[in-house]
Amino acid sequence: MPACDVPSEPVERLLPPEALAQTAPSLPEVTEPELVRHFVNLSTQNMSVDSHFYPLGSCTMKYNPKRNETLSSLAGLLGLHPYQRVETIQGMLSILHSLQEMLAEISGLEAVSLQPAAGAHGEMTALFVAAAYVRDTDPARNVVLIPDGAHGTNPASAAMAGFKTVEVKSTPGGLVDLDDLASKLDERTAVFMITNPNTLGIFERNIAKICQMVHDAGGLVYLDGANMNAILGVTRPGDFGADMMHFNPHKTFSGPHGGGGPGAGPIAVTGKLAPYLPVPVVKKSGEEYGLDFDRPKTIGRVRSFFGNTGVLVRTYCYLRTHGPEGLRRVSENAVLNANYLLSRVKHFLPVPQGDRCMHEFVATAQTLKRERGVSALDIGKRLLDYGFHAPTVYFPLIVHEALMIEPTESECRSTLDAFAEALFRVTEEDPDLLHHAPHTTSVSRPDEVRAARQPILKWAGPER
Amino acid sequence: MKPEELLYSKTHEWVAIATDEAGAKVATVGISAFALEALTDLVFVDLPQVGRSVSAGEPFGEIESVKAVSDLYSPVDGEIVEVNSTLVDQLETLSDDPYTSGWFVKIRIADETALSGLMDHAAYQKQCEQEMADE
Repeated sequence: MPACDVPSEPVERLLPPEALAQTAPSLPEVTEPELVRHFVNLSTQNMSVDSHFYPLGSCTMKYNPKRNETLSSLAGLLGLHPYQRVETIQGMLSILHSLQEMLAEISGLEAVSLQPAAGAHGEMTALFVAAAYVRDTDPARNVVLIPDGAHGTNPASAAMAGFKTVEVKSTPGGLVDLDDLASKLDERTAVFMITNPNTLGIFERNIAKICQMVHDAGGLVYLDGANMNAILGVTRPGDFGADMMHFNPHKTFSGPHGGGGPGAGPIAVTGKLAPYLPVPVVKKSGEEYGLDFDRPKTIGRVRSFFGNTGVLVRTYCYLRTHGPEGLRRVSENAVLNANYLLSRVKHFLPVPQGDRCMHEFVATAQTLKRERGVSALDIGKRLLDYGFHAPTVYFPLIVHEALMIEPTESECRSTLDAFAEALFRVTEEDPDLLHHAPHTTSVSRPDEVRAARQPILKWAGPER
Repeated sequence: MKPEELLYSKTHEWVAIATDEAGAKVATVGISAFALEALTDLVFVDLPQVGRSVSAGEPFGEIESVKAVSDLYSPVDGEIVEVNSTLVDQLETLSDDPYTSGWFVKIRIADETALSGLMDHAAYQKQCEQEMADE
């Protein structure tokens, strides 16, 4: 290290004695190979789309093309600093600007913010936008209506934005109950939040009427974009009446899934809501790209800098790779795969709303549970032994013993066949074997109650 | 309390009606063994403060299992007069003894109209059988 060229002060003169540690902190001391082995070995105990079929309903665990990883790692993108002068980041800004325009086109809505750092964050941002709009136009509106099959993030976002939430019932067929919706729409309705296709994997065929009912009552329609993978290039939320929506790039556009890393949850809104979007918005004047902070009605920033650009660049690459026709084929194949799997599964695991589906379907183990004591959880756990990740279980809440299966467009027919066969074999197996599954993984059944009630949230230090 | 002697709401709360010293009707509220079985392993329960007013069909608290968070709905209109706060740390009480020590709240009833919408044990049994058969 070169000598320090500014005056230095001993730390004892800068901090009071009680703020100074007497001994070094007890940090783990390991060699580099130990560290590498630790993480590599942990990674082999995990299941991922790169290692296993992963039909986790609602999560759209599609294969993420490696090409997007390579492109987003190009030095000219990866090495940027957010405090660089705008003239020196024109390439990145041009990508972000194009992405805003592409997402506006896919959504059928006028304006986009790329800032939110996750789908749920996008939802919350959009609900803050709605709250700001309502404050300006009709402050008495303080209720958000949410279907009983909705993702739990919907009521959470509405509550965070200061709204009261009211549940709307589903029909036995799994669609929004129009009579129940009509009875709950009134002059206090601010927003109706709807997922379409819904969480049962069914397209709300009354969606245009639903949006009309909400608009007639003076409310806004929020479209939870979790299931966009089923309708890309086929229909657009803006066309069927939504006023705002979020995208989940990790589901729909090959962003990385989970792992606690950075995410993105861009939102799109209709023209009357555009002035309230977070700042900055990427703008283009002539051939120059810049950042627009001059938006007096904005709700402000929701994320540092421009959002998580690494994920946004992957989204851009994915969209440019497929193009409009390719995106439509993504959705067509996702729906085809789900219907193929549905046609194989429904004979041995009932699918209550399942003559046909969009990109996913919800089977029930209720009969198996009643007759043989085998639960959805048992089935999910046992599938791990067969080398398949479990489907989503116990969601949506309106189907008992739910198994929510989403194959995505990535999978070939032989994989779908192998999964259907494994699932069938599991349903025929000895209940005792299933209750204690999985038998081949390094951890069998974690104690979920203890994990929730007594979580260990920090490293406790080395054993001495 | 015996399950056969209780009233039930569509949302699986049970209700026992008694009269306090002042002559007001008080509803003791819990949830049925059927609902507890469906919730599976419980993790948290969130109960209201004494003194809060509640109305029939509105949530008065929440119960969380490893599967989901569910609202607890008040079967009557009135005011919370007592809360079984020992439950919070002893969730096993609920499955061990759902109809006696597993009560959540006592509500002094302000308006008895909602009582007529509650089911007796036989009707509730029928609803549960229907729910099992629907799937």
